[in-house]
Amino acid sequence: MTSKSSRWLGWSSVVLLSVTAVMGLWVTPPDVVQGDLVRLLYVHPALAWVALYVSFGTAVVAAGLYLWPRTRSEQMDRVSYCAMEISVVFIALTLVTGSIWGRPTWGVWWAWDARLTSTAILGVFEVAYLALRRANDDPDTRARRSGVFVILTAVNVPIIHFSVIWWKTLHQGASVLTSTGSLNVHGSMLWTMLISFVGFTTLFFWFLVRRVALESARGARQHAALDAALEMRRREGVG
Amino acid sequence: MIRVAWLVAMKDLRIEMRSRVLLWQVVPFAVLSLVLAGLALGPEKAGSSSSAPGLFYLVVLFVALAVVQRSRGLESTPGTRASVATLGLDPAGVFLGKSLALTLELWVLGVTLLGGSVLFLHIALVGALKALPNVAVTLGVMATAGTLYGALTTGGDGPVTLLPLLTLPAFVPLLVAGERSLSAALYGGPLWEWWVIVVVALVAYAAVGIAVYGVLEES
Repeated sequence: MTSKSSRWLGWSSVVLLSVTAVMGLWVTPPDVVQGDLVRLLYVHPALAWVALYVSFGTAVVAAGLYLWPRTRSEQMDRVSYCAMEISVVFIALTLVTGSIWGRPTWGVWWAWDARLTSTAILGVFEVAYLALRRANDDPDTRARRSGVFVILTAVNVPIIHFSVIWWKTLHQGASVLTSTGSLNVHGSMLWTMLISFVGFTTLFFWFLVRRVALESARGARQHAALDAALEMRRREGVG
Repeated sequence: MIRVAWLVAMKDLRIEMRSRVLLWQVVPFAVLSLVLAGLALGPEKAGSSSSAPGLFYLVVLFVALAVVQRSRGLESTPGTRASVATLGLDPAGVFLGKSLALTLELWVLGVTLLGGSVLFLHIALVGALKALPNVAVTLGVMATAGTLYGALTTGGDGPVTLLPLLTLPAFVPLLVAGERSLSAALYGGPLWEWWVIVVVALVAYAAVGIAVYGVLEES
Protein backbone atom coordinates (compact mmCIF):
# COMPACT_ATOMS: atom_id res chain seq x y z
CA MET A 1 0.00 0.00 0.00
CA THR A 2 1.31 3.46 -0.91
CA SER A 3 2.03 6.04 1.75
CA LYS A 4 -0.68 8.21 0.16
CA SER A 5 -3.37 5.58 0.74
CA SER A 6 -2.05 4.97 4.22
CA ARG A 7 -2.26 8.69 4.97
CA TRP A 8 -5.80 8.69 3.59
CA LEU A 9 -6.72 5.86 5.97
CA GLY A 10 -5.18 7.74 8.89
CA TRP A 11 -6.99 10.99 8.20
CA SER A 12 -10.29 9.16 7.59
CA SER A 13 -10.07 7.50 10.99
CA VAL A 14 -9.22 10.82 12.67
CA VAL A 15 -12.24 12.51 11.03
CA LEU A 16 -14.63 9.61 11.77
CA LEU A 17 -13.54 9.32 15.39
CA SER A 18 -13.78 13.09 15.86
CA VAL A 19 -17.35 12.98 14.49
CA THR A 20 -18.06 10.09 16.91
CA ALA A 21 -16.74 12.15 19.82
CA VAL A 22 -18.80 15.24 18.91
CA MET A 23 -21.98 13.23 18.29
CA GLY A 24 -21.47 10.98 21.29
CA LEU A 25 -20.77 13.79 23.73
CA TRP A 26 -22.99 16.63 22.49
CA VAL A 27 -25.48 15.66 19.77
CA THR A 28 -27.03 12.44 21.13
CA PRO A 29 -29.44 12.63 24.08
CA PRO A 30 -28.87 10.88 27.42
CA ASP A 31 -30.44 7.43 27.70
CA VAL A 32 -33.73 7.07 29.61
CA VAL A 33 -32.28 4.39 31.90
CA GLN A 34 -28.51 4.83 31.77
CA GLY A 35 -28.35 8.62 31.52
CA ASP A 36 -24.95 9.91 30.35
CA LEU A 37 -23.35 6.49 30.87
CA VAL A 38 -24.74 5.49 27.49
CA ARG A 39 -22.08 7.68 25.85
CA LEU A 40 -19.46 5.07 26.70
CA LEU A 41 -21.39 2.62 24.54
CA TYR A 42 -20.49 4.63 21.43
CA VAL A 43 -16.93 3.46 22.03
CA HIS A 44 -17.00 0.12 23.87
CA PRO A 45 -18.85 -2.12 21.34
CA ALA A 46 -16.80 -0.68 18.46
CA LEU A 47 -13.56 -1.43 20.32
CA ALA A 48 -14.78 -4.98 20.98
CA TRP A 49 -15.77 -5.37 17.32
CA VAL A 50 -12.27 -4.45 16.18
CA ALA A 51 -10.51 -6.51 18.90
CA LEU A 52 -12.47 -9.72 18.41
CA TYR A 53 -13.58 -9.79 14.81
CA VAL A 54 -11.60 -7.39 12.62
CA SER A 55 -8.17 -7.54 14.22
CA PHE A 56 -8.18 -11.08 15.56
CA GLY A 57 -9.99 -12.27 12.42
CA THR A 58 -7.25 -10.74 10.25
CA ALA A 59 -4.62 -12.50 12.39
CA VAL A 60 -6.38 -15.86 12.02
CA VAL A 61 -6.85 -15.55 8.25
CA ALA A 62 -3.24 -14.43 7.72
CA ALA A 63 -1.97 -17.27 9.96
CA GLY A 64 -4.05 -19.75 7.97
CA LEU A 65 -2.63 -18.38 4.71
CA TYR A 66 0.89 -18.71 6.11
CA LEU A 67 0.35 -22.32 7.17
CA TRP A 68 -1.18 -23.23 3.79
CA PRO A 69 1.88 -24.16 1.68
CA ARG A 70 0.61 -22.49 -1.53
CA THR A 71 0.10 -19.09 0.08
CA ARG A 72 3.03 -19.20 2.52
CA SER A 73 5.00 -15.97 2.66
CA GLU A 74 6.81 -13.87 5.25
CA GLN A 75 4.30 -11.10 4.61
CA MET A 76 1.40 -13.28 5.80
CA ASP A 77 3.24 -13.99 9.04
CA ARG A 78 3.94 -10.28 9.48
CA VAL A 79 0.28 -9.37 8.91
CA SER A 80 -0.83 -12.02 11.42
CA TYR A 81 1.66 -10.82 14.03
CA CYS A 82 0.88 -7.13 13.59
CA ALA A 83 -2.90 -7.72 13.66
CA MET A 84 -2.52 -9.75 16.84
CA GLU A 85 -0.42 -7.02 18.45
CA ILE A 86 -3.07 -4.42 17.64
CA SER A 87 -5.79 -6.77 18.90
CA VAL A 88 -4.06 -6.88 22.31
CA VAL A 89 -4.39 -3.08 22.55
CA PHE A 90 -8.04 -3.13 21.49
CA ILE A 91 -8.90 -5.98 23.89
CA ALA A 92 -7.29 -4.05 26.74
CA LEU A 93 -9.29 -0.94 25.79
CA THR A 94 -12.48 -3.03 25.52
CA LEU A 95 -11.99 -4.41 29.02
CA VAL A 96 -11.08 -1.01 30.48
CA THR A 97 -14.07 0.81 28.93
CA GLY A 98 -16.37 -2.08 29.92
CA SER A 99 -15.06 -1.90 33.46
CA ILE A 100 -15.60 1.88 33.66
CA TRP A 101 -19.18 1.35 32.46
CA GLY A 102 -19.70 -1.64 34.78
CA ARG A 103 -18.72 0.15 38.03
CA PRO A 104 -21.72 2.55 38.14
CA THR A 105 -24.08 0.11 36.36
CA TRP A 106 -23.35 -3.19 38.09
CA GLY A 107 -21.64 -1.76 41.18
CA VAL A 108 -18.34 -3.56 40.57
CA TRP A 109 -15.28 -2.99 38.37
CA TRP A 110 -15.18 -6.66 37.48
CA ALA A 111 -17.94 -9.29 37.42
CA TRP A 112 -17.46 -13.02 36.81
CA ASP A 113 -19.59 -12.66 33.74
CA ALA A 114 -19.18 -15.16 30.89
CA ARG A 115 -18.44 -12.54 28.23
CA LEU A 116 -16.01 -10.55 30.39
CA THR A 117 -14.16 -13.65 31.51
CA SER A 118 -13.94 -15.22 28.05
CA THR A 119 -12.75 -11.90 26.57
CA ALA A 120 -10.10 -11.58 29.28
CA ILE A 121 -8.97 -15.15 28.54
CA LEU A 122 -8.61 -14.25 24.87
CA GLY A 123 -6.50 -11.28 26.00
CA VAL A 124 -4.23 -13.63 27.97
CA PHE A 125 -3.97 -15.89 24.91
CA GLU A 126 -2.89 -12.90 22.84
CA VAL A 127 -0.23 -11.91 25.36
CA ALA A 128 0.91 -15.56 25.34
CA TYR A 129 1.13 -15.33 21.54
CA LEU A 130 3.47 -12.35 21.82
CA ALA A 131 5.58 -14.26 24.36
CA LEU A 132 5.67 -17.28 22.05
CA ARG A 133 6.98 -15.15 19.20
CA ARG A 134 9.73 -13.72 21.35
CA ALA A 135 10.76 -17.22 22.47
CA ASN A 136 11.74 -18.35 18.97
CA ASP A 137 14.56 -16.73 16.97
CA ASP A 138 14.30 -18.76 13.79
CA PRO A 139 11.78 -16.96 11.53
CA ASP A 140 10.26 -20.14 10.06
CA THR A 141 9.86 -21.86 13.46
CA ARG A 142 8.42 -18.67 14.92
CA ALA A 143 5.93 -18.26 12.07
CA ARG A 144 4.76 -21.88 12.11
CA ARG A 145 4.30 -22.05 15.86
CA SER A 146 2.61 -18.67 16.05
CA GLY A 147 0.32 -19.62 13.15
CA VAL A 148 -0.79 -22.85 14.81
CA PHE A 149 -1.29 -21.05 18.13
CA VAL A 150 -3.48 -18.36 16.52
CA ILE A 151 -5.64 -21.02 14.85
CA LEU A 152 -6.00 -22.90 18.16
CA THR A 153 -6.97 -19.67 19.91
CA ALA A 154 -9.65 -18.86 17.33
CA VAL A 155 -12.08 -21.22 19.05
CA ASN A 156 -12.50 -18.53 21.72
CA VAL A 157 -14.22 -16.09 19.39
CA PRO A 158 -17.48 -18.07 18.95
CA ILE A 159 -17.43 -18.79 22.69
CA ILE A 160 -17.21 -15.05 23.42
CA HIS A 161 -19.83 -14.22 20.80
CA PHE A 162 -22.41 -16.74 21.99
CA SER A 163 -21.55 -16.48 25.70
CA VAL A 164 -24.46 -14.10 26.32
CA ILE A 165 -26.83 -16.66 24.77
CA TRP A 166 -25.34 -19.86 26.23
CA TRP A 167 -25.08 -18.58 29.81
CA LYS A 168 -27.34 -16.34 31.88
CA THR A 169 -24.98 -13.46 32.47
CA LEU A 170 -24.92 -9.81 33.46
CA HIS A 171 -23.64 -8.68 30.09
CA GLN A 172 -26.42 -7.62 27.75
CA GLY A 173 -27.18 -9.49 24.53
CA ALA A 174 -26.93 -8.05 21.01
CA SER A 175 -26.79 -4.24 21.31
CA VAL A 176 -27.65 -3.00 17.84
CA LEU A 177 -29.28 -5.85 15.92
CA THR A 178 -31.56 -8.37 17.62
CA SER A 179 -31.53 -12.05 16.67
CA THR A 180 -34.64 -11.41 14.53
CA GLY A 181 -32.84 -8.68 12.56
CA SER A 182 -34.72 -5.69 13.96
CA LEU A 183 -32.89 -2.63 15.27
CA ASN A 184 -32.46 -1.97 18.99
CA VAL A 185 -30.97 1.52 18.58
CA HIS A 186 -32.43 4.42 16.59
CA GLY A 187 -31.83 7.95 15.34
CA SER A 188 -28.66 9.88 16.22
CA MET A 189 -27.66 7.11 18.66
CA LEU A 190 -27.62 4.56 15.85
CA TRP A 191 -25.64 6.86 13.53
CA THR A 192 -23.08 7.61 16.22
CA MET A 193 -22.58 3.91 16.84
CA LEU A 194 -22.21 3.15 13.14
CA ILE A 195 -19.71 5.97 12.60
CA SER A 196 -17.78 4.74 15.61
CA PHE A 197 -17.66 1.19 14.19
CA VAL A 198 -16.40 2.45 10.82
CA GLY A 199 -13.96 4.87 12.50
CA PHE A 200 -12.32 2.27 14.72
CA THR A 201 -12.20 -0.24 11.85
CA THR A 202 -10.43 2.36 9.68
CA LEU A 203 -8.09 3.12 12.57
CA PHE A 204 -7.23 -0.56 12.85
CA PHE A 205 -6.36 -0.82 9.16
CA TRP A 206 -4.24 2.33 9.37
CA PHE A 207 -2.36 0.89 12.38
CA LEU A 208 -1.97 -2.41 10.53
CA VAL A 209 -0.56 -0.85 7.37
CA ARG A 210 1.93 1.26 9.33
CA ARG A 211 2.92 -1.60 11.64
CA VAL A 212 3.42 -4.08 8.78
CA ALA A 213 5.56 -1.50 6.95
CA LEU A 214 7.67 -1.06 10.07
CA GLU A 215 8.03 -4.82 10.52
CA SER A 216 9.00 -5.25 6.83
CA ALA A 217 11.65 -2.54 7.23
CA ARG A 218 12.98 -4.27 10.33
CA GLY A 219 13.10 -7.60 8.45
CA ALA A 220 14.93 -5.98 5.53
CA ARG A 221 17.45 -4.40 7.91
CA GLN A 222 18.07 -7.78 9.59
CA HIS A 223 18.59 -9.43 6.19
CA ALA A 224 21.00 -6.66 5.19
CA ALA A 225 22.93 -6.99 8.47
CA LEU A 226 23.16 -10.77 7.97
CA ASP A 227 24.34 -10.36 4.38
CA ALA A 228 26.97 -7.83 5.50
CA ALA A 229 28.20 -10.18 8.24
CA LEU A 230 28.44 -13.09 5.80
CA GLU A 231 30.27 -10.91 3.30
CA MET A 232 32.75 -9.84 5.99
CA ARG A 233 33.41 -13.48 6.97
CA ARG A 234 33.85 -14.40 3.32
CA ARG A 235 36.41 -11.62 2.85
CA GLU A 236 38.21 -12.74 6.01
CA GLY A 237 38.34 -16.26 4.57
CA VAL A 238 39.66 -15.05 1.21
CA GLY A 239 42.17 -12.66 2.83
CA MET B 1 -0.35 -44.29 12.72
CA ILE B 2 -1.78 -46.55 15.47
CA ARG B 3 1.41 -48.65 15.50
CA VAL B 4 3.60 -45.55 15.82
CA ALA B 5 1.30 -44.23 18.55
CA TRP B 6 1.63 -47.49 20.46
CA LEU B 7 5.45 -47.51 20.09
CA VAL B 8 5.80 -43.90 21.26
CA ALA B 9 3.40 -44.41 24.17
CA MET B 10 5.28 -47.52 25.29
CA LYS B 11 8.60 -45.67 24.97
CA ASP B 12 7.42 -42.77 27.14
CA LEU B 13 5.82 -45.07 29.71
CA ARG B 14 8.94 -47.26 29.85
CA ILE B 15 11.08 -44.19 30.53
CA GLU B 16 8.64 -43.20 33.26
CA MET B 17 8.68 -46.69 34.79
CA ARG B 18 12.48 -46.75 34.86
CA SER B 19 13.06 -43.21 36.07
CA ARG B 20 10.18 -43.31 38.65
CA VAL B 21 9.88 -39.52 38.40
CA LEU B 22 6.09 -39.74 38.41
CA LEU B 23 6.08 -41.94 41.49
CA TRP B 24 8.73 -40.21 43.59
CA GLN B 25 8.38 -36.61 42.48
CA VAL B 26 5.04 -35.83 40.84
CA VAL B 27 2.70 -37.88 43.05
CA PRO B 28 4.15 -36.44 46.30
CA PHE B 29 3.97 -32.95 44.75
CA ALA B 30 0.29 -33.57 43.88
CA VAL B 31 -0.57 -34.74 47.40
CA LEU B 32 1.35 -31.85 48.94
CA SER B 33 -0.52 -29.39 46.70
CA LEU B 34 -3.83 -30.85 47.83
CA VAL B 35 -2.85 -30.51 51.48
CA LEU B 36 -1.76 -26.91 50.83
CA ALA B 37 -5.10 -26.22 49.13
CA GLY B 38 -6.89 -27.53 52.21
CA LEU B 39 -4.72 -25.41 54.50
CA ALA B 40 -5.38 -22.35 52.35
CA LEU B 41 -9.09 -22.78 53.07
CA GLY B 42 -8.37 -23.22 56.76
CA PRO B 43 -8.50 -26.52 58.68
CA GLU B 44 -12.08 -25.90 59.86
CA LYS B 45 -13.46 -25.19 56.39
CA ALA B 46 -11.32 -27.66 54.43
CA GLY B 47 -13.37 -30.67 55.44
CA SER B 48 -16.78 -29.17 54.83
CA SER B 49 -16.34 -26.83 51.89
CA SER B 50 -18.26 -26.88 48.65
CA SER B 51 -15.03 -25.55 47.10
CA ALA B 52 -13.53 -29.07 47.15
CA PRO B 53 -14.26 -29.81 43.44
CA GLY B 54 -12.64 -26.50 42.43
CA LEU B 55 -9.60 -27.13 44.61
CA PHE B 56 -9.28 -30.65 43.21
CA TYR B 57 -9.22 -29.37 39.63
CA LEU B 58 -6.92 -26.48 40.46
CA VAL B 59 -4.38 -28.94 41.84
CA VAL B 60 -4.93 -31.25 38.85
CA LEU B 61 -4.24 -28.33 36.53
CA PHE B 62 -0.88 -27.46 38.05
CA VAL B 63 0.18 -31.06 38.39
CA ALA B 64 -0.83 -31.67 34.75
CA LEU B 65 1.45 -28.80 33.76
CA ALA B 66 4.36 -30.44 35.57
CA VAL B 67 3.67 -33.73 33.80
CA VAL B 68 3.38 -32.07 30.38
CA GLN B 69 6.66 -30.28 31.06
CA ARG B 70 8.23 -33.61 31.95
CA SER B 71 6.82 -35.26 28.80
CA ARG B 72 8.35 -32.53 26.61
CA GLY B 73 11.58 -32.78 28.58
CA LEU B 74 12.01 -36.33 27.30
CA GLU B 75 12.47 -34.92 23.79
CA SER B 76 14.60 -31.94 24.74
CA THR B 77 17.98 -33.65 25.18
CA PRO B 78 20.30 -32.63 22.33
CA GLY B 79 19.80 -34.68 19.20
CA THR B 80 16.66 -36.53 20.33
CA ARG B 81 14.24 -34.68 18.07
CA ALA B 82 16.62 -34.97 15.14
CA SER B 83 16.97 -38.71 15.77
CA VAL B 84 13.19 -39.15 15.93
CA ALA B 85 12.85 -37.09 12.74
CA THR B 86 15.32 -39.32 10.86
CA LEU B 87 13.29 -42.40 11.82
CA GLY B 88 10.51 -41.03 9.61
CA LEU B 89 7.76 -41.73 12.13
CA ASP B 90 4.27 -40.51 11.32
CA PRO B 91 3.91 -37.23 13.31
CA ALA B 92 0.22 -37.94 13.91
CA GLY B 93 1.21 -41.25 15.50
CA VAL B 94 3.86 -39.55 17.64
CA PHE B 95 1.25 -37.02 18.80
CA LEU B 96 -1.27 -39.71 19.67
CA GLY B 97 1.38 -41.83 21.40
CA LYS B 98 2.62 -38.98 23.56
CA SER B 99 -0.98 -37.99 24.37
CA LEU B 100 -1.82 -41.58 25.33
CA ALA B 101 1.21 -41.92 27.63
CA LEU B 102 0.43 -38.57 29.21
CA THR B 103 -3.22 -39.57 29.68
CA LEU B 104 -2.24 -42.75 31.52
CA GLU B 105 0.15 -40.80 33.75
CA LEU B 106 -2.56 -38.23 34.49
CA TRP B 107 -5.02 -41.00 35.31
CA VAL B 108 -2.65 -42.29 37.98
CA LEU B 109 -2.45 -38.77 39.39
CA GLY B 110 -6.20 -38.23 39.05
CA VAL B 111 -7.03 -41.37 41.05
CA THR B 112 -4.44 -40.42 43.69
CA LEU B 113 -5.85 -36.91 43.96
CA LEU B 114 -9.46 -38.13 44.13
CA GLY B 115 -8.41 -40.45 46.95
CA GLY B 116 -6.61 -37.54 48.58
CA SER B 117 -9.73 -35.40 48.26
CA VAL B 118 -11.81 -38.07 49.99
CA LEU B 119 -9.23 -38.13 52.79
CA PHE B 120 -8.31 -34.47 53.20
CA LEU B 121 -11.30 -32.55 51.81
CA HIS B 122 -13.89 -35.11 52.99
CA ILE B 123 -15.69 -35.46 49.65
CA ALA B 124 -18.09 -38.43 49.43
CA LEU B 125 -16.46 -41.62 48.13
CA VAL B 126 -19.59 -42.56 46.15
CA GLY B 127 -19.66 -39.13 44.51
CA ALA B 128 -15.95 -39.41 43.68
CA LEU B 129 -16.52 -42.81 42.05
CA LYS B 130 -19.48 -41.41 40.11
CA ALA B 131 -17.29 -38.58 38.82
CA LEU B 132 -14.43 -40.90 37.85
CA PRO B 133 -15.37 -41.39 34.14
CA ASN B 134 -15.75 -37.64 33.64
CA VAL B 135 -12.47 -36.96 35.44
CA ALA B 136 -10.80 -39.56 33.19
CA VAL B 137 -12.04 -37.88 29.99
CA THR B 138 -11.14 -34.40 31.28
CA LEU B 139 -7.62 -35.60 32.05
CA GLY B 140 -7.46 -37.09 28.55
CA VAL B 141 -8.27 -33.67 27.08
CA MET B 142 -5.61 -32.05 29.27
CA ALA B 143 -3.08 -34.61 28.05
CA THR B 144 -4.00 -34.07 24.39
CA ALA B 145 -4.00 -30.27 24.68
CA GLY B 146 -0.82 -30.36 26.76
CA THR B 147 0.97 -32.43 24.12
CA LEU B 148 -0.05 -29.95 21.46
CA TYR B 149 0.88 -26.82 23.42
CA GLY B 150 4.04 -28.50 24.68
CA ALA B 151 5.20 -28.93 21.07
CA LEU B 152 4.89 -25.17 20.62
CA THR B 153 7.43 -24.47 23.34
CA THR B 154 10.10 -27.05 22.54
CA GLY B 155 13.51 -25.59 21.79
CA GLY B 156 12.51 -21.97 22.30
CA ASP B 157 13.62 -19.58 25.05
CA GLY B 158 12.10 -20.12 28.49
CA PRO B 159 9.90 -23.17 27.77
CA VAL B 160 9.39 -23.70 31.52
CA THR B 161 7.66 -20.34 31.91
CA LEU B 162 6.11 -20.22 28.47
CA LEU B 163 4.21 -23.51 28.72
CA PRO B 164 1.92 -22.39 31.60
CA LEU B 165 1.19 -19.13 29.82
CA LEU B 166 0.15 -20.96 26.64
CA THR B 167 -1.60 -23.89 28.29
CA LEU B 168 -3.47 -22.50 31.29
CA PRO B 169 -5.91 -20.32 29.29
CA ALA B 170 -6.71 -23.39 27.18
CA PHE B 171 -7.37 -25.39 30.35
CA VAL B 172 -9.92 -22.86 31.63
CA PRO B 173 -12.99 -24.49 29.96
CA LEU B 174 -11.77 -27.86 31.28
CA LEU B 175 -11.42 -26.44 34.78
CA VAL B 176 -14.97 -25.07 34.63
CA ALA B 177 -16.48 -28.21 33.07
CA GLY B 178 -14.54 -30.50 35.42
CA GLU B 179 -15.48 -28.53 38.53
CA ARG B 180 -19.15 -28.44 37.51
CA SER B 181 -19.26 -32.16 36.75
CA LEU B 182 -17.54 -33.10 40.01
CA SER B 183 -19.93 -30.81 41.90
CA ALA B 184 -22.85 -32.45 40.10
CA ALA B 185 -21.58 -35.91 41.01
CA LEU B 186 -21.02 -34.92 44.66
CA TYR B 187 -23.97 -32.67 45.39
CA GLY B 188 -26.44 -33.57 42.59
CA GLY B 189 -27.23 -31.94 39.26
CA PRO B 190 -27.09 -32.71 35.54
CA LEU B 191 -23.85 -34.38 34.43
CA TRP B 192 -24.41 -34.87 30.71
CA GLU B 193 -23.85 -31.27 29.54
CA TRP B 194 -20.36 -31.27 31.05
CA TRP B 195 -19.73 -34.59 29.35
CA VAL B 196 -20.58 -32.97 26.02
CA ILE B 197 -18.08 -30.15 26.57
CA VAL B 198 -15.17 -32.41 27.49
CA VAL B 199 -15.88 -34.96 24.75
CA VAL B 200 -16.12 -32.20 22.10
CA ALA B 201 -12.85 -30.71 23.42
CA LEU B 202 -11.17 -34.14 23.29
CA VAL B 203 -12.23 -34.75 19.69
CA ALA B 204 -11.25 -31.19 18.66
CA TYR B 205 -7.79 -31.29 20.24
CA ALA B 206 -7.11 -34.79 18.88
CA ALA B 207 -8.15 -33.74 15.36
CA VAL B 208 -6.10 -30.53 15.42
CA GLY B 209 -3.12 -32.35 16.92
CA ILE B 210 -3.20 -35.05 14.24
CA ALA B 211 -3.43 -32.36 11.55
CA VAL B 212 -0.74 -29.94 12.75
CA TYR B 213 1.74 -31.88 14.91
CA GLY B 214 3.89 -32.57 11.87
CA VAL B 215 4.05 -28.84 11.07
CA LEU B 216 5.23 -28.12 14.62
CA GLU B 217 7.80 -30.89 14.71
CA GLU B 218 9.23 -29.85 11.33
CA SER B 219 10.10 -26.43 12.70
